[in-house]
Amino acid sequence: MAGAGVWPTVAAVTPTTAIELRAVHQRFGEVVALVDVNLTIDRHERVGIVGPSGCGKSTLLSAIAGLIQPNEGTIAIEDAITPDERLRRCALMPQRDLLLPWRTAIDNAAIAVENRGVNKRDARDRTRPLFERFGLAQFEERTPAELSGGMRQRVAFLRTLMAEKDILLLDEPFAALDSITRSQMQEWLLTALDQEPRTVVLVTHDVDEALLLTQRVVVMSARPGRVVRTIETDFPRDRSRREIVTSSEFTSLKESALEALEL
Amino acid sequence: MSKVMSDQSTPPDVAHERPPSNARRILQRFGPPALVVVLTLAVWEIVIKILDVPTYIWAPPSLIAQTIQENFGDLIGHAGVTLKETLVGFLSAVALGLGFGLLLHFSTWSKRSLYPLLIASQSIPTVVLAPVFVLVLGFGLWPKVAVVTLFCFFPIVVGTIDGLSSVDREYIRMMLTLDATRMGIFRRVEFPSALPQIFTGTRVAATYAAIGAVFGEWAGSESGLGWQMLQAKGRLDTPLVFADIVFITAMALALFGAVSLVERLTIPWARKGG
Repeated sequence: MAGAGVWPTVAAVTPTTAIELRAVHQRFGEVVALVDVNLTIDRHERVGIVGPSGCGKSTLLSAIAGLIQPNEGTIAIEDAITPDERLRRCALMPQRDLLLPWRTAIDNAAIAVENRGVNKRDARDRTRPLFERFGLAQFEERTPAELSGGMRQRVAFLRTLMAEKDILLLDEPFAALDSITRSQMQEWLLTALDQEPRTVVLVTHDVDEALLLTQRVVVMSARPGRVVRTIETDFPRDRSRREIVTSSEFTSLKESALEALEL
Repeated sequence: MSKVMSDQSTPPDVAHERPPSNARRILQRFGPPALVVVLTLAVWEIVIKILDVPTYIWAPPSLIAQTIQENFGDLIGHAGVTLKETLVGFLSAVALGLGFGLLLHFSTWSKRSLYPLLIASQSIPTVVLAPVFVLVLGFGLWPKVAVVTLFCFFPIVVGTIDGLSSVDREYIRMMLTLDATRMGIFRRVEFPSALPQIFTGTRVAATYAAIGAVFGEWAGSESGLGWQMLQAKGRLDTPLVFADIVFITAMALALFGAVSLVERLTIPWARKGG
């Protein structure tokens, strides 16, 4: 997989391609947010996007999700090109858990099912097995205020999973957590994705997190955001987090990412 | 999998503070204002006794209490009339306020055209409309209901519109990626999150409602606490005027309390602290 900016203008969308961005430009008035972003993401690939604050990485995610349509360029999710079609193909997990305080944990997680017109009771029944599988059994009836930050983030992730989309867009999902909880959550997410493979685009400002959780890290420059480097990472899943983080490969990849970030 | 399961045993840090005992909480909450009321009544009583103020000018609390006791049946009868006007007017204001708020929320055109007019309409002193209502609707229940509704409508409609439009955009973005329809977003996010502000407006309205009914009665009526008050004033029966004031105040407080109770039961999640 080559770096960005070198894609031919016409590339065949193979069945294994999940997301394809071609020459995406985005401006907000005078502010140029994204410049010539090209990116192809395979089905069930996990891609991390790192960059300094304000580099447009969240904008990029909103554009992929179909919440905005870029000024120039095309974004395709499988064969979906228009924003409305893209909205239906992916689920977004925001940085803040955004759990609704008037709903219990399970009703929060089940909201996407209810949105599809399923009644509350059936929506709960469909969601319950996930609570058991992902270590949230017995927390179904808690309100968000009664859950810890890590627990809330898990419920938010289950809510995203219950949208039953193949593409998950994670916008700094663990940024609000303390570092120990964040490490636990990263481990939890990897295990969850092993069980429920999805195409994942993870936006983060944490280089370690991107390297650990994804197979490819796209480094973006400060505004105007452009892709400055792409780093392939694939650490075997049988190694522990500590082994990976302290390995020389990890260190050199991290160095490469930090260099691209000019840090 | 094992990692996931092992995490389950981690105790959740449930954010529960030990609540203070009930009696203590009630004392902390109601003690200080009760003390102020008692002190005020005592000073009031003493000052009138010392200065020997005639009771037709200013009645001492003890005399007001006695008057209430002696005229209890009469007072209750008039209070019933005023209560009915207050409740019917208040409930119509809730229905109209919510309905109007929803209309403005769902129709951008309505909001653009009607919201500025609604705000501007508040510069019309509602009180001066009361005689007009009497002319149009007569001396019965309806002119009073109209005044109460007019008094209460505004805070409710503003609470509804502001509540609905101040919903965090991020929730809506999230819901859009979770397949929500316009109606789904309204039912599951916008309306529940607007409820605290709707209740705030409704509570304000509840305090206006009884006064609205009294204004309505002053403009023309044959019964009710406001009517009784005017009659008593004409006879220089100041203790009875005060007795009416006590009843009107109690009515306003009761309505306020009832709305607060409904609020607590409807949106327990919005309660902050005790």
